[in-house]
Amino acid sequence: MEGFTRRKALKAGLALGAAPFAATPFLSYGQGESPIKVGMHDPLTGTYAAEGESEVRGAKLALAEINAKGGILGRKVELLIEDDNANAGLAAQKAHKLIEKDGCSMIMGAVSSATALSVNQVAAQKGVPYMVTGGHTDPVTGKECHWTTFRICTTTYMLANGLAGTLYQKFGGKWYFITPDYAYGHTLQAAYAKILQGLGGQVLGNSLSPLGTTDFSSYLIKAQSTNPQVLILLVDGQDLVNCMKQAVQFGLQKKMPIGGGLSELEVLNALPTEARIGWWTLEWYWNQPNTPHVKEWVDSYRKTYTDGSYPSARTWFGYAGLHALALGAAHAKSIEPTKLARGLEGLELPPEIKLQPNKVYFRKEDHQLMSSEFPGEINTNGKYPDLFKVASIVPGDKAALPASETGCKLDYPA
Amino acid sequence: MQLLLFNAFNGLIQGVFYALMALGLALILSLNSVINMAHGGFLVIGAYLAYTLAPYLGFWGALVVGPIGAAVIGLFVERILIRPLYKRPDPLYTLLLTFGLALIIEDLTRTIWGAQGLPFQVPAALNSPISSVLFFITGYRLLVVGITMAVMLGLYFLLRYSRLGIRIRAGTLDLETVSALGVNIYLLRALNFGLGCLLAGLAGVLAAGILGLTPPMGSSLIMPSFVAIIVGGVGSLVGSILGGLLIGVAAGITTTYYPAASEAVIYLIMLIVLVIRPRGLLGQEGLFE
Amino acid sequence: MIRRHPVEILLWIALATLPLWLGPLGGYTALGTKILIYGIAALALNLVLGFTGGLSFGHAAYFGLGAYGAGMTLKYLVPSTPLAIVVGTLAGGLAATLLGPLVMRRRGIYFAMITIAIGQLFYFIAVRWNNVTGGEDGLAGFRRQPLHFGSFVFDVQNEIKYYYLVLFCFVIAVVIMRVLLASPLGHTWVAIRENRRRALFLGLRTDLYVWAAFAISGTITALAGTLNAMLFNFTSPQDLHWILSGNFVIMIVMGGMRKFWGPLVGVTIFVVAQDYLSSLTDNWMSLIGLLFVLIVLLFPKGILGLIAPRRREVSTPRAPGIQQADAVLEEDGSPLRDSTKSLREATK
Repeated sequence: MEGFTRRKALKAGLALGAAPFAATPFLSYGQGESPIKVGMHDPLTGTYAAEGESEVRGAKLALAEINAKGGILGRKVELLIEDDNANAGLAAQKAHKLIEKDGCSMIMGAVSSATALSVNQVAAQKGVPYMVTGGHTDPVTGKECHWTTFRICTTTYMLANGLAGTLYQKFGGKWYFITPDYAYGHTLQAAYAKILQGLGGQVLGNSLSPLGTTDFSSYLIKAQSTNPQVLILLVDGQDLVNCMKQAVQFGLQKKMPIGGGLSELEVLNALPTEARIGWWTLEWYWNQPNTPHVKEWVDSYRKTYTDGSYPSARTWFGYAGLHALALGAAHAKSIEPTKLARGLEGLELPPEIKLQPNKVYFRKEDHQLMSSEFPGEINTNGKYPDLFKVASIVPGDKAALPASETGCKLDYPA
Repeated sequence: MQLLLFNAFNGLIQGVFYALMALGLALILSLNSVINMAHGGFLVIGAYLAYTLAPYLGFWGALVVGPIGAAVIGLFVERILIRPLYKRPDPLYTLLLTFGLALIIEDLTRTIWGAQGLPFQVPAALNSPISSVLFFITGYRLLVVGITMAVMLGLYFLLRYSRLGIRIRAGTLDLETVSALGVNIYLLRALNFGLGCLLAGLAGVLAAGILGLTPPMGSSLIMPSFVAIIVGGVGSLVGSILGGLLIGVAAGITTTYYPAASEAVIYLIMLIVLVIRPRGLLGQEGLFE
Repeated sequence: MIRRHPVEILLWIALATLPLWLGPLGGYTALGTKILIYGIAALALNLVLGFTGGLSFGHAAYFGLGAYGAGMTLKYLVPSTPLAIVVGTLAGGLAATLLGPLVMRRRGIYFAMITIAIGQLFYFIAVRWNNVTGGEDGLAGFRRQPLHFGSFVFDVQNEIKYYYLVLFCFVIAVVIMRVLLASPLGHTWVAIRENRRRALFLGLRTDLYVWAAFAISGTITALAGTLNAMLFNFTSPQDLHWILSGNFVIMIVMGGMRKFWGPLVGVTIFVVAQDYLSSLTDNWMSLIGLLFVLIVLLFPKGILGLIAPRRREVSTPRAPGIQQADAVLEEDGSPLRDSTKSLREATK
């Protein structure tokens, strides 16, 4: 944790941006123009605090770069960061605060899906563009989509599509699932089952575990009794940490390959070394030797944050999120909400921001960013940060549901 | 059927754990009249101290020192914050105070050790299954059960035969008389509070081996422990253990048939017990009413 | 009727003009609205906690039922704000009324735990019943609707107009509660709080009175829940969780549970402190925790407890033989009486 307050951190971020700016005197902010304020809500306390902090770090990096290049439309950018404690009500309250009191003209953030959905409602009501950084639940760019809302992280459905084929070819088609019992898990499991059956495989069983389960033994016992060819763990975050640890303690990894849905650098890092096994999907990975700009960006991260950490997918979400807002405004030549939203539609992220090989753009129909999936295998004997081996990088538009099937109808004001 | 037995046994392991938490809470509740919402906090302190000290003391050393650290901090807290409140008739104020403490402890833990979850390495020898049929019984789980049983037994003898234990038990029944007999009840209550925190710290270290460490880890364990006390009956330490085991096994069995209800079932059991036996299985009349 | 204290008149003026001065003071309308909504809930809970002496730790259940009732009405039935309020309030009120008999004979910590048990069951239903409630993700996809009075339209989608709708509900709730507390029913509640057994010996069916308090309190709390759902056009299972119930209790104890306005003071401090401190530093939880600790140590009866004692003691009905009963029975006015009176004596 950084030892200073966020408001101070904000100033540090600005100073960071101002340093290169001072060296290029011909760049100047518009005379007398007030700064453009971007509000960010993320959990900095509570269960998702580690993920929230990663997103904030990414956004601060982007802030420094944007201000160094003259801000948005020549106006300096200020980033106001609010803690939402992963509580949907508090997140909505903070969104009101950022918009009404602080006068933010755009907002971004979210780790938990519930906070993404609650702020989604506020942003739509207020007509303020909202860039969802984390929060994977499908309705954000599906049934509950609004013209104001855009999303960086992939949908739940996209996560399934990255890995299923690889696992099927390698290990066979009899799978057992352990699925978290809420919308995210249900969607992910349904998507996996559909793909698996399409390939000719078979679902041997599916255990639904309540969110926040600490003891997974009974589900693992059930899974073991069906003798699957692959054990798929779709639980995420702290639940995944617990589930993996117990699976390894029971020696299941010696009997069957273990794989699953989303994993994150934060999660891998919290695992004891012996539990670092299996096949997973990441949404971004820092080690991409053949992709331009990635190494430079990782270096710049490590120069700014000297605690020995490496950027995770969450860091990239925050980074790409703020940059996307700035690019959208530049493209639209305006920060007026509808113009900005139109400016973001179809917008393609340039190489130094997308930091991955495939084409990355906001789909016009549902405002979902088509960013890649990074399926691969955990580097079993690796030391942090070298914890993952990317098997392939699947383009986002190959993994996503067709826009016509998401259930999204954008509600632009007449 | 086999699956059911597996899950029932697994539930028992969970139950042992709840019982350990509930025991500390119950001690503090009966003698100090404090509804200790910060009990989860002391669990976290024990776990993180053990994590920090394990590289120097090894797992076994940390297992001993972590809980003692929690107890020492507990003694300080009792002396400075809780003691002035004994005079107040209404435990609602200590509830508010300990709730505040729980927030402070979680926040400081996050500030000192970071929000990121941390792994707690247990000796490799303990980390593998005992047999291939009962693959879910690892050495570590047996250790958890063993240590908890030993502690409970030790506590039983302490309360039953030692001078301190007899005074604690007498104090829960009639503190006035105990005081009149010349016992320093301030010291008695302080030691009792420390003992409760020791148990919480121990639960924390043992939990860290299974669950790893996160700053909010205590808050998810506190409510089941209260449920265990109420199901067992306030004022009865045996009841707390019984309550813990009962809800653990019930949750385990429910998982076999209807996993979605495995958390709800402990509240359902509490509701049913309270409707049928208003003071829990072994509770006494008049305490905390 | 009760005489109005000058401070109370000031309070009403302040609330009526809040949108004018809150902004310049660094607030925003939604914050004021949230304080009023939580205020309704806390004042209502205090009917049970502070005035009848029942430690309810499960009032979030009725708050949440109101919220889900209103949200689902808007989403699935009719897009009408008044109807959403009525349906949600009735849903929560009905639940409190039907469940009252389970809690009405319980006391102290058992009262607390049985209310928690009921509340958590509702929480788990909301989490598991994905298709209808949205599960962990929460219920979205509804929006509060303008009010129509003939041809006149009061568009509460506007923040400030919604504040006044909430203030209107707040006034109604306060009037109902004050009338009840000034009535024989309210006096009986206080009598039960002060000494339940004495009330029982007087021939009062104390359980029925506790039931009434619980049902009325639950209904008004549900009203607050409906307003809360429409404040952000969103509700989630966190609105049913025991943590929220606990927070309501904490706000009341902070403000002073023996004063009518104590809960509102506690709510204001809690909500404003959380809003302000969490913007200031990541370590806001420590600061809030410290605030709780200091309030307990410095204000033995809550913040309003410092202000002069009640001008008028509420008199309990007297009956022949009461003196003897008094002599035999100890006073047990607190919702969570100390385990034994001797504990208090011994540590003095």
